[in-house]
Amino acid sequence: MEYAIVVGVEFVYAIATLALISLGLAIVFGMMRIINLAHGEFMVMGSYAATVAVHHGVNVWISILIVPPIVVGLIGMVVERLLVRHLYGRMVETMLATWGLSLFVVGLLTTVFGDTTEGVPTPLRGIAVGAYQVSGYSLFVIGLTVVTMLGMYALLRSTRFGLLARGTMQNADMAAALGTDTSKVYAVTFTLGAALAGFAGGVLAPVSGVFPSIGGSYIGRAFITVIGGGAAPLFGTASASTLFGIINQIATFASNPVYGEVALLLAAIVLIRAMPQGITGRFFRGRL
Amino acid sequence: MNLGLACIGVIGVALLVALPATLDLYELLQITLYAILGILALSLAFIWGYGGILCFGHSAFFGLGAYAYAVAVINLGESTLPLLIAIALPAALAAGLGYFMFYARISDVYVGVITLTVALILYNCINSTAGPEYHIGEALLGGFNGIPNIPSLNIPFRPDAQLEPEAMFVLSMGLLLLTYFGLTALLATRFGRVLVAIRENEQRVEFLGYDARLHKLVAFAIGGGLAGLAGCLFAAWGNYVSPTAFSVVQSAQIIIWLMVGGAGTLIGPVIGCFAISWLTLKIGTQQFVNANVVLGAILLVFVLLVPKGIVPLLSERLGSWLLSHRRLTQLPRNAATQESKA
Repeated sequence: MEYAIVVGVEFVYAIATLALISLGLAIVFGMMRIINLAHGEFMVMGSYAATVAVHHGVNVWISILIVPPIVVGLIGMVVERLLVRHLYGRMVETMLATWGLSLFVVGLLTTVFGDTTEGVPTPLRGIAVGAYQVSGYSLFVIGLTVVTMLGMYALLRSTRFGLLARGTMQNADMAAALGTDTSKVYAVTFTLGAALAGFAGGVLAPVSGVFPSIGGSYIGRAFITVIGGGAAPLFGTASASTLFGIINQIATFASNPVYGEVALLLAAIVLIRAMPQGITGRFFRGRL
Repeated sequence: MNLGLACIGVIGVALLVALPATLDLYELLQITLYAILGILALSLAFIWGYGGILCFGHSAFFGLGAYAYAVAVINLGESTLPLLIAIALPAALAAGLGYFMFYARISDVYVGVITLTVALILYNCINSTAGPEYHIGEALLGGFNGIPNIPSLNIPFRPDAQLEPEAMFVLSMGLLLLTYFGLTALLATRFGRVLVAIRENEQRVEFLGYDARLHKLVAFAIGGGLAGLAGCLFAAWGNYVSPTAFSVVQSAQIIIWLMVGGAGTLIGPVIGCFAISWLTLKIGTQQFVNANVVLGAILLVFVLLVPKGIVPLLSERLGSWLLSHRRLTQLPRNAATQESKA
């Protein structure tokens, strides 16, 4: 029984991290049909923002929860202005440009911080479950992911911005004809996606090491989740990360984390063959 | 165009004959590497520029070719069969991947992301194979340390007759020329024409009764096989391969060659490849600027400001300049139709 709880937490934690790292990417993709290849680097910048803040004596909770989304959100705003805005409607060019940005940021981070691993101390202790121990921080990440998803749902569902964003997502031309400033909606959406990426980077900074090229180990999973999920950002992320999180954990238990990732990829490729529009192209149509 | 092809052929053969006699060994080795990477550039130029298949993870095939050659040649001790394996395995991976992607009719963005993810995960996979328990036959995979002491290519079925650097140069340069003219010839066939038509308008081509999925799959497999060939030559050239052959930066570099040179041509990516490879070599010799910063900046600048690449830009300028002259002197009617088309 206790072992079952520990394993259960592991599974839910895998699903939660998958959802957390994919959410920013999924929102930008769902709203703007853009895949931001610099998503991983946005996360790394979030991790570095948290690390720098902690090293300057800022409270650790503020450093990992408040600082990264603000810093990376601002960076995302600038990137949207200088880069993404000029390429709207040209998805492939947008991907290439964000890829260029991703290389640029990795190089810049390596120049500034060096190719060394930094870290943030884990602010929570383990919790004993009978003879076993569950990481308190894992439980915290799970709770935080649920809160974030619900928050995004509320934001898109019941605020004025959410209404305009959903309208723009369904039919940008019609929304513009009705007086919505769609380029402003896109700008806010991209900033929001960047802030969520930074948030994920900050939250995961204590559990993963922080070094310039770690983005590469996040983005593979995030891409798979977003493509598997399809166009609806919240339902897609939730359903795809549940499915892929379970597959990943089973394969990881059976062998090792690397084969877990391979299993994830194979599952995603088969899924895409069966449902080219992702899970939300077949189920939950028209949801968020 | 035929004049251009003839020029390229003459220049290529001239280089092939003249360079081994004039350059010292170090320079010759560098040029050999450029020729090998040129084949890699052509493989992506074919599927991206002509097939319209946006493969963001082309390093998957390059790395697989390199590793397949390394593992096979260490086990077999002779390089003829390993060379073929290094072409066949990536081609098979491309065909398998192509089946899932093209027969599901997924969009360009998805193709890009899936191919990139394949390369990412292969990289993670190979990177984590450090330790004696990871081996294929006699070949240790070596994880992030890579595989050292890979035997060079030898004359077919004569394991003791390994190719000297000069012979390796002639082989690589010869294969580069062969690939270039082979792809040019392939694009002139019915298959090539249908492929370009698919790039322009897939739906219309299908209405005309062609199977776009199959054409794309075959083209993708050819591109994968050529990238595998480049990987094989690369491993044999340096007698070493490491997981960086699979890395995202490697994939990005190939695309940067295309973006700089011009993706709709065959010669552009080769020129881009030579230029960028030379540049990264120069950056590697100094400490001030990180290579990724420069590569990222180049990609950004070209996507935003020169989206067509240098070669199409130049030939367009040259073309319109020539046209304007002709209009003044001889061919008013033809020039007028050209204008109305534009």
